[in-house]
Amino acid sequence: MALTKADMAEMLYEQLGLNKREAKELVELFFEEIRLALESGSNVKLSGYGNFVLRDKSQRPGRNPKTGEEIPISARRVVTFRPGQKLKQRVENYAGSGEQ
Amino acid sequence: MTKSDLIERLTAKQPHLAPKDVELSVKIMLEQMSLALASGERIEIRGFGSFSLHFRPPRVGRNPKTGDAVTLSGKYVPHFKPGKQLRERVMNSTHIPIKE
Repeated sequence: MALTKADMAEMLYEQLGLNKREAKELVELFFEEIRLALESGSNVKLSGYGNFVLRDKSQRPGRNPKTGEEIPISARRVVTFRPGQKLKQRVENYAGSGEQ
Repeated sequence: MTKSDLIERLTAKQPHLAPKDVELSVKIMLEQMSLALASGERIEIRGFGSFSLHFRPPRVGRNPKTGDAVTLSGKYVPHFKPGKQLRERVMNSTHIPIKE
């Protein structure tokens, strides 16, 4: 089972007593504000969790894997996530069985 | 954008909520996300992305001071895969310079 926005809204309802509509809206807006910051060129730093970092990649040669035809991969901007120290430590000790 | 910037922006957009509740909400959401990952659970946010754990196999490292070989056990690291909407919105903003 994966954590979803619905689970997060439920938690705000339980722990803070926000009503369900407010909780749902706030969770939605939380992710939207991060998207807005990133699309306006700002990196996002959430201490204790991690940083969302934008990277510009220049055009590079690529290939159509099906036909083998060479096609350039255009210049692009991507989002990378760098987990913070605290999150890394908490996750490192996860003693799950095998890979996910 | 930092966590406190994010809290300010959310507070401005949700004037019907007490600022203290918005601040607590952000902290609760990040804690819930950390806890999910620390217990090996994935996070799936449509349009934003998914967080999962990647396994790093055990390896032999070296003590940089003495040069002695040390066995490092396998560990899990958090991984983020941006969702379609986030990827596309960021791609369309390459004309805006990246700010720290």
